[in-house]
Amino acid sequence: MLSVAVTHRLGDFTLDAAFESEGGLTALFGRSGAGKTSLINAIAGLYRPDTGRIVADDAVLTDTASGIFVPAHRRRVGYVFQEGRLFPHLNVRQNLLYGRWFAPKAAGGADLDQIVELLGIGSLLARRPANLSGGEKQRVAIGRALLARPRLLVMDEPLASLDEGRRAEIFPYIERLRDEMRVPIVYVSHSIAEVARLATTLVVLSEGKVAAIGPTAQIMGRIDLFPLTGRAEAGAILATRVAGHDDKFGLTVLRAAAGELRVPHLDLPIGAALRVRIRARDVMISLEPPTGLSALNVLPGVVAEIAGGDGPIVQMRLDCAGEALVARLTRRSVETLGLVPGKQVHAVIKSIAFDHHAFAGAAPPAASADAEIAEG
Amino acid sequence: MAELLTFTPEELTAIRLSLRVASVAMIGSLPIGVLIAMLLARGRFWGRSALNVLVHLPLVLPPVVTGYFLLILFGRHGTLGEFLADDLGIVFAFRWTGAALASAIMGFPLLVRAIRLSVDSVDRRLEDAAATLGAGRVWVWLTVTLPLILPGIVAGMILSFARALGEFGATITFVSNIPGETQTLPTAIYTFLQVPGGETGALRLTLVAVAISVVAMFASEAVAQRASRRALGL
Repeated sequence: MLSVAVTHRLGDFTLDAAFESEGGLTALFGRSGAGKTSLINAIAGLYRPDTGRIVADDAVLTDTASGIFVPAHRRRVGYVFQEGRLFPHLNVRQNLLYGRWFAPKAAGGADLDQIVELLGIGSLLARRPANLSGGEKQRVAIGRALLARPRLLVMDEPLASLDEGRRAEIFPYIERLRDEMRVPIVYVSHSIAEVARLATTLVVLSEGKVAAIGPTAQIMGRIDLFPLTGRAEAGAILATRVAGHDDKFGLTVLRAAAGELRVPHLDLPIGAALRVRIRARDVMISLEPPTGLSALNVLPGVVAEIAGGDGPIVQMRLDCAGEALVARLTRRSVETLGLVPGKQVHAVIKSIAFDHHAFAGAAPPAASADAEIAEG
Repeated sequence: MAELLTFTPEELTAIRLSLRVASVAMIGSLPIGVLIAMLLARGRFWGRSALNVLVHLPLVLPPVVTGYFLLILFGRHGTLGEFLADDLGIVFAFRWTGAALASAIMGFPLLVRAIRLSVDSVDRRLEDAAATLGAGRVWVWLTVTLPLILPGIVAGMILSFARALGEFGATITFVSNIPGETQTLPTAIYTFLQVPGGETGALRLTLVAVAISVVAMFASEAVAQRASRRALGL
């Protein structure tokens, strides 16, 4: 349980944001300069906000009204920085163990061997940070923060300095922190793909203020937030399970509430939970169930909302058996097809649209955490 | 040639005294030098530029002037000298300790400058990182800042030692040139040159001064290189 409310002025910029999180991974999403890093720096105690109250579990970390400000080193808020910030004069093992000196012995948590195994850094222990790749540095930085036995982990764009391949290498580890170690995480990102994949709760920040907050799928399905989430990459999230494999054509069948999706083969057991992001630009709309079409995925739904004003492109939200699906199409098409809220339509998605960006292990619900293996 | 390597007892005394004065000056000024360097690099307090000027003054003042100030302050009847002698039993005037004090003050700007430069180059974000891992300010300094500024400290110590070894003006003004007490290498060379037939002795001590300086520079280079490689994690 984390509760944050902060206002702080810095020159022309005013941060005035509040959010609460019940655990899992809370993503702070927004453009550069939206105040994401300022907000987690306040949580970590790296500065004293003008006014604010920050409570983690039952510990009041900052409360300007009653003059409480716990210094950073007593907060037990682990911080994974964008650029790693490993100590250059210490080797990997010494970096990992740095925080353990100061951590309360009673705090429990994982020991060195577990963390090393979890992050796959066993072969690096004797090396110096200068001799590590970007991805290795970030994994060590995550391990170092965890070994300080934090009550909460904040991560500031931990993947931003990495290329695509290295990023894919780190994702599963963050998912394991969220699902296996059950460390509450506040994760700063300006990448919608990262957020869609990792976040349980999504906080959209814009110009220092919270523009929206809620469960990730719900926020991603809101077309009014497209200007903030980025039109090109915006897309809805469907929670699915693997229903079967089509070995003849190398396809995997996923079942969502709205219907079945056929996607290129995924190496996952039947029943595994999977989050699928369907970008708005990959969705076509048809009035009739399409025939003679190469696309394999057709989900029936009802037009719920159309937005976009007078521009050539509009956004549309569909209600597909209770789940949101979003689509981008031309205003001309909307008029031609006579699309209005309440109209029955069929959303068409090419299987090929499901590239590796689209999938992520879904966060299992808290009650049945051990039931699923989530994989990327 | 042989007579160049045969030292008289007076010359040996001067050599030993010089090494002792320079070592004490270097080690004694180190903690204060680190403190002042940290203050100048990080502190935001009233009078910071005044402190900066004061520290650097010995670098630009004629050494005789610095020596004269020392005499006024720390002489047997000086403002501080009287108090230190009567209440604490510390006497600087005309003692080797006075030579060490004079050398320390003359080398202090070099010591502080070298350390301050390395403090300025420390990535403070690493200190924030240490704090989020649970380290309080003292621990952050000991485990992160200090190891990272070690190359600067070593460089400063060498400069301070070398400066102390060569100190002449302030020393001779403050504590005079007493054989066996305050006569260091430079003042001994000066004395030899004042008397007829003293050239050989002067040459012997000159060679010793050159040898000590060269060894010190090589040693410092080696130590500083090791320290900076360590700090950079190579």
